[in-house]
Amino acid sequence: MQSKTHVTATINSEEVEFLCEPRQSLLEVLRETLGLMGAKEGCNNGNCGACSVILDGRLVNSCLVLAVEIQGRNLTTIEGIATPEGLHPLQQKFIEHAALQCGYCTPGFIVASKALLDQNPEPSEHEVRAWLAGNLCRCTGYDRIVKAVLDAADTPL
Amino acid sequence: MATLEKPNQYKVIGTSPLRHDGVDKVTGRAAFGADIRLPGMLYGAVLRSPHAHAKILSIDTSEVEKLHGVHAVVTAKDLPDLESRVVELGEGVINRKYQSNNVLARDKVLYFGHAVAAVAATSLHVAKEALDLIRVEYEVLSPVLDVRKAMETGSPILLEDLRTDEFGKKGETRTNIAGHYKDACGDVEKGFREAKFIVEREFVTKMVHQGYIEPQNATAQYNPDGQITIWCSTQGSFGVREQVAEILEVPVSDIRVIPMEIGGGFGGKIGVYLEPLAVLLSRKSGYRPVKLTMDRSEVLAATGPTSGSYIKIKMGADANGRITAAEALLVYEAGAYPGSPVGAGMGVILAPYRIENGVVEGYDVVVNKPRTAAYRAPGGTNAAFAAETVIDELAERLGLDPIEFRLLNASKEGDRRVNGSAHKRIGFVETLQAAKESAHYQAPLTGPRTGRGVASGYWGNYGGKSSASASVNEDGTVSLLEGSVDIGGTRTSLAMQLAETLGIPAEDVRPVVADTDSIGYTEGTYGSRTTFATGWAVYETAKGLIEKLKERAAILWEVEKDKVNFENGVFFSSEEKLTFKELAEKLDETGGPVVASAAVQPKGYGPGFATHIVDVEVDPETGKVDILRYTAVQDVGKAIYPAYVESQIQGGVAQGIGWGLNEEYLYDEQGRLLNASWLDYRMPVALDLPMIDTILIEVANPGHPYGARGVGEVPIVPPPAAIANAIHNAIGVRLTELPMSPARVVDGLK
Repeated sequence: MQSKTHVTATINSEEVEFLCEPRQSLLEVLRETLGLMGAKEGCNNGNCGACSVILDGRLVNSCLVLAVEIQGRNLTTIEGIATPEGLHPLQQKFIEHAALQCGYCTPGFIVASKALLDQNPEPSEHEVRAWLAGNLCRCTGYDRIVKAVLDAADTPL
Repeated sequence: MATLEKPNQYKVIGTSPLRHDGVDKVTGRAAFGADIRLPGMLYGAVLRSPHAHAKILSIDTSEVEKLHGVHAVVTAKDLPDLESRVVELGEGVINRKYQSNNVLARDKVLYFGHAVAAVAATSLHVAKEALDLIRVEYEVLSPVLDVRKAMETGSPILLEDLRTDEFGKKGETRTNIAGHYKDACGDVEKGFREAKFIVEREFVTKMVHQGYIEPQNATAQYNPDGQITIWCSTQGSFGVREQVAEILEVPVSDIRVIPMEIGGGFGGKIGVYLEPLAVLLSRKSGYRPVKLTMDRSEVLAATGPTSGSYIKIKMGADANGRITAAEALLVYEAGAYPGSPVGAGMGVILAPYRIENGVVEGYDVVVNKPRTAAYRAPGGTNAAFAAETVIDELAERLGLDPIEFRLLNASKEGDRRVNGSAHKRIGFVETLQAAKESAHYQAPLTGPRTGRGVASGYWGNYGGKSSASASVNEDGTVSLLEGSVDIGGTRTSLAMQLAETLGIPAEDVRPVVADTDSIGYTEGTYGSRTTFATGWAVYETAKGLIEKLKERAAILWEVEKDKVNFENGVFFSSEEKLTFKELAEKLDETGGPVVASAAVQPKGYGPGFATHIVDVEVDPETGKVDILRYTAVQDVGKAIYPAYVESQIQGGVAQGIGWGLNEEYLYDEQGRLLNASWLDYRMPVALDLPMIDTILIEVANPGHPYGARGVGEVPIVPPPAAIANAIHNAIGVRLTELPMSPARVVDGLK
């Protein structure tokens, strides 16, 4: 058995400590150790984006990051998107636009969209589609997802 | 989204309230199957065959059992050795032996990825390490990978006991042909003699996967008293109960299935894979709960796909544009065990048109590929790709607009199909007319190497058994229990039907998906049946509540019950009235709680028709096809929950575009799957698609209280044909093989 490593990180604005094996992915530790089940496993090799998280302001697939790599860093997961005051505008617009069916890819899309709007508050339709090309949705055909993101952004519709 | 219809006559139906589970789904709180964690839970992993076709000579698990952290190992020896017998389950027929052998291979492995053994350990890492310690000795056999070769005499045989079901009779010789079916009407030879133009072409399509984002998973607890609880991601919890009962030979009453949220299914999560293994592992590990999850490569290699196919079709039309005869041969890959959707494909292939002289013949053929599963209008897309391409070519020969040619031959109510059945009230003509008049079809096509294509499609839809139960709360809301797993907003489409009937807002209904011990029998969420059939159960439940509430009003008002009326959410007599909410507050003083339930099996499901228009641009250098514009016109009966009806159509179109342009299973000569990842099995991403416009036609289905038809399946039927016709319009090349990938487009141009 490999010995475990102690990791300290800021997750959703709270300082968190955990022990993990060096081989464990961030996705596995989020789900199995920290009980943050919102990041989903769709492929475990970086092709679907269902496990998207924001690490130090950068959108990453948590299945492709080792948990030990987040030592001292700042992480936002889907659980950290809403505020005590209510849903994030993206979350509200996803519901209003019916931008989901089964909802499995939805946390990943919302996290990825937040990372986009954080750096580009007025993306064009093409920019939204290009940015979200790393997130797979099999239910909606993306139409309503793109509309929800554009509506949540400052982009004039 | 456009809806061509008279003004909405309903208060709730036809509106788009926020879905009841929306907040759970956008915050990551919704609990899907893999999210379950139980005290003492073990993690399982499955050993899979590296060969497409081999005898299993021996399996040695002795080293595994010594590994620290491993608690149980199972092979087919732990499963009852079932006799070959076809059993009627609530959800269709299966051969229980084949179903068992697909869950764990017994004597032979029949496809790359076929499950051979499973282990349970303290972590997934330990479980996967344990798989490396299992020693399996195989005798490798020649794989059979092509349906036409599989049908030849002398081909290697997959299943020693398989005999052809030949028009209902069993054959006598060993074979890979599981079934041979035929429908016919009129006199085909005479019909072709009357034709001025005849087009005959052959089409080949490859296996494709449903592509749900959530991999299969199952968690089970086996208790020492034999009681079994299963948490899983399934389209039908009662179907899981029946299949596990058959495979493990235990009574259904010993099994409780708790359906978790499901991350997509599209037909691929009806049959069980992991559930029986989780139960066995729990039993063998000293009654600890065991969770099994597939990774993506397992999902692609060992679950799902729908059939690849070979289709030959010949159609003739006279100078007036009337189709005089049609002949079709459909050969579908079943995968390792019988059961391709060739029958459904036969039903789809000529359904949109009046065919007085027709023959449709089909073969169900086993090959060394995964057992196929249902996929959205199973078998329909393959069939329509062939038929609608030939229709387009006939229209071209006749010099007719492709929509006009379809209008000349479109089926209407009362027209007989080749299989003899008559169409009920259908809206095919309406979809064609709306397509013809649409802004898209009226718009000029601009730019070099652009083309426009049209294709239509049919799907029969389904009814089936459903149950619902409701209780009135003292604040005037209603709690609704139903057995249909919610894959795409059906909590709300059902709550809306209850709300409409009771005259209350949709938000005042609390819909809950119940487990198999908490609600009456309900078939799975498939066949586009939930909003229709479970909708019927909900409607009847609401009617039951109204009757009981009338009794309560009669007690309050000291009148006979028949003096109490109900309309638009208000109970009234000649002198008094109470709203639903006001009466709900008075239940304690009139006898206590009010509940009602209903179980139904409605037969009045109505088929769906669609006509799609697509504009493409073809790059002749690379062969890449871009979708520039897409419009889907569909008869939806009545759009109960329009936002989600439109989304069903858009999602089906996107899958159809993937099937048309990118998606295919690639095998090497040994039958090893070469593209078992999403990097190599290329599904459409947001950047590949434009907005997908919809036009909803509402030709009410007389078999449903609010006119609903199934809407989810027909949208995947026309897209590959529509794209093929658009490519032809752009570059003058008829492509007859799917997917129309860049390489095939470039080849076509040579």
